Amino acid sequence: MTPDELKTTAEKQREAVGKYPHRVHVCMAAGCISSGSDKVKDALTDELKKAGKDKCCLVKGVGCMGLCSAGPLVEVADSVAGNSVMYKNVTAEDVPALVASLEGKPVPHLLLPKDIPFFTAQHKIVLENFGLIDPDTIADYIMMGGYEALNKALTDMGPAEVLHEVTASGLRGRGGAGYPTGLKWSTVAKAGGGQKYVICNADEGDPGAFMDRSVLESDPHRVLEGMAIAGFAVGANAGYIYVRAEYPLAVKRLKNAIRQAERSGLLGQNIFGTPFNFKIDIRLGAGAFVCGEETALIASIEGLRGQPRPRPPYPAVSGLWGCPTLINNVETLANIPPIIRKGGKWFASIGTEKSKGTKVFALAGQVNNTGLIEVPMGIKLRDIIFDIGGGIPEGRKFKAVQTGGPSGGCIPEQHLDMPVDYESLASVGSIMGSGGMIVMDESSDMVDVAKYFMEFCMTESCGKCVPCRAGTAQMHDLLARIMEGDATMRDLALLEKLCDLVKNTSLCGLGMTAPNPVLSTLQYFREEYTSRLLDGGGNGRHPKTAAAAEVR
Amino acid sequence: METAVVENPATSKDTRWKLLTATMRRHGNRPHALIESLHTAQEAFGYIDDVAMKYVAESLRVPLSKVYGVATFYHYFTLKPQGKHTCVVCTGTACYIKGAGQLLQAMEEKYGVSAGETTEDGELSVLTARCFGCCGLAPAAVIDGAVAGKLTVAETLERLDKVIGK
Ligand SMILES: Cc1cc2nc3c(=O)[nH]c(=O)nc-3n(C[C@H](O)[C@H](O)[C@H](O)COP(=O)(O)O)c2cc1C
Ligand code: FES
Repeated sequence: MTPDELKTTAEKQREAVGKYPHRVHVCMAAGCISSGSDKVKDALTDELKKAGKDKCCLVKGVGCMGLCSAGPLVEVADSVAGNSVMYKNVTAEDVPALVASLEGKPVPHLLLPKDIPFFTAQHKIVLENFGLIDPDTIADYIMMGGYEALNKALTDMGPAEVLHEVTASGLRGRGGAGYPTGLKWSTVAKAGGGQKYVICNADEGDPGAFMDRSVLESDPHRVLEGMAIAGFAVGANAGYIYVRAEYPLAVKRLKNAIRQAERSGLLGQNIFGTPFNFKIDIRLGAGAFVCGEETALIASIEGLRGQPRPRPPYPAVSGLWGCPTLINNVETLANIPPIIRKGGKWFASIGTEKSKGTKVFALAGQVNNTGLIEVPMGIKLRDIIFDIGGGIPEGRKFKAVQTGGPSGGCIPEQHLDMPVDYESLASVGSIMGSGGMIVMDESSDMVDVAKYFMEFCMTESCGKCVPCRAGTAQMHDLLARIMEGDATMRDLALLEKLCDLVKNTSLCGLGMTAPNPVLSTLQYFREEYTSRLLDGGGNGRHPKTAAAAEVR
Repeated sequence: METAVVENPATSKDTRWKLLTATMRRHGNRPHALIESLHTAQEAFGYIDDVAMKYVAESLRVPLSKVYGVATFYHYFTLKPQGKHTCVVCTGTACYIKGAGQLLQAMEEKYGVSAGETTEDGELSVLTARCFGCCGLAPAAVIDGAVAGKLTVAETLERLDKVIGK
């Protein structure tokens, strides 16, 4: 494909879509499919044909529309009037009413107002094409300006300028640690040697997070384009996407996207007629959380057990098969095309001083609106949970919000007005993490939550280093005993000591952060621990003191 | 589901072996194709048995011990045959908060199998996984490959009964 052909493809697709006076978008992301959106889409196609309206109404399967809890979601757009309405909880039975409404009034009982904070308080960059394009059609992505950034980078800019823009954007890694992306790219670019690789980390290990899955399912080309630009900037000609095997739909759409991009010459040899070559392969994960850690991930691509190794050397210097390797998270890479299209300065104007741009969160747990959201950095947690999230169901009370998964912590009510950025979250004992955000209400038992995460870390520990392998098991044991009301103050002291030890002596991030859920719940909900101790001045909540009190 | 008695996987007419051979060939029979090959084997046979592991070890020239090490390291791989039907319950954070534990407990009470086990008649295997990425619909389970969300205990049991034809 030449730059001119890219333009004509975009125009042609715009025309092809624009000739329909009506358009119906049905969410075909995994969440809505499991609620039955595929059946809704088939029913729509049939019904339109029956009504003789298939020439004036386009049915399109699109990516995630965000509000998964109200799925299946359907959006009906009127191109002539230039407006659209959104419907929730649509079933195949509702389809005739929807089709009948095309020229008339919307169907009232299915309406999902578009002016609620869930939609209006968001700021979409990574998710900009979600709900608009068919992830299986490359022309749809191109229509929205897709691959323009790659074209610009290759034909107008050159690697140094790309590096400059990414650095200027202030983008930080979205995989959890928040390392400056520009700096990482520059290190790989500077590394000597011939062969280099780009790896996209799509392992998304945090149990309770689905940002990366949604990006791959809803807009896969964006990630491919980001990877190709990265390859161009650092001097790599090959890339791998490491995806969890638990995401079959994402894998299928990625494979299809790669095939389409290759066929269009947007991946492969001499892209846009330049000397730049880039190919992308998929590697499947196999259900090991530790493989999200970069050195373990590299071992896994090499066909080995996914065990981390000490750093340095960092992958930027010696990564896949000993070659300099750039490894970035899905969302990080998905931010690249808009940064190249609109400039680093534009991106840096969004967010806070140290955390630029937006962040995608997977909002779940005890909150009314669960789903996928993208908000500017610096937004208050309260606004996310109570405005966008619509608060806690059934009038129950908010207790804590968990960010960062097994490496993060629980943030209580008193910190809800804090801005969401890397530093603030760290200052209250949690982390930004990759974007999992789980809301808990008063029914959640915080010791049980800590035990849950510790069990996770214990089973997921790869076993290579002793502090993590033995420490997580010991801590889990202590937590179980506290839960059963069979522990004393000394056990609690031991638990705290172990937290400190495991945190400071583990080999990789898994062990180093495993104590975080315990530490943060101890910090804010200590009473839930001590009240269960045999000698903790317990208020008789735990089984043994209660029984003892009765005997007396 | 059984791997049947195999003369020699390399020359077997069974398409499942052919799939595995093709995967390994596509990667030039190089050692780093190990995980991809195990994925293919599991997809074809439903699980990975000794014959498959030996075949992969020989073809990729990797010690059998290493193949075994890798196959047991990753949770996704299973060395035991599964039941005719499977129910994978998500035990990720969102599902845990929303009561995945109750689902598992109800299944144990009704069918007498806990996570990781198969009913005696080989009809149903109950498994767990950490997050399918449908956390917005917690608690979720995958029943015979299809994701089901916002599950209640009653609904889960009803669906399972239907699947196993009770
Ligand atoms: C135990 C552990 C699990 C991790 N899991 C993930 C993951 O699932 N996805 C991810 O992108 N990064 C994960 N990371 C972070 C990666 O090691 C790495 O920092 C990241 O992929 C770099 O990309 P970024 O700079 O774009 O964030 C994990 C780290 C650790 C220690
Ligand atoms: S926590 Fe169950 S699907 Fe994510």
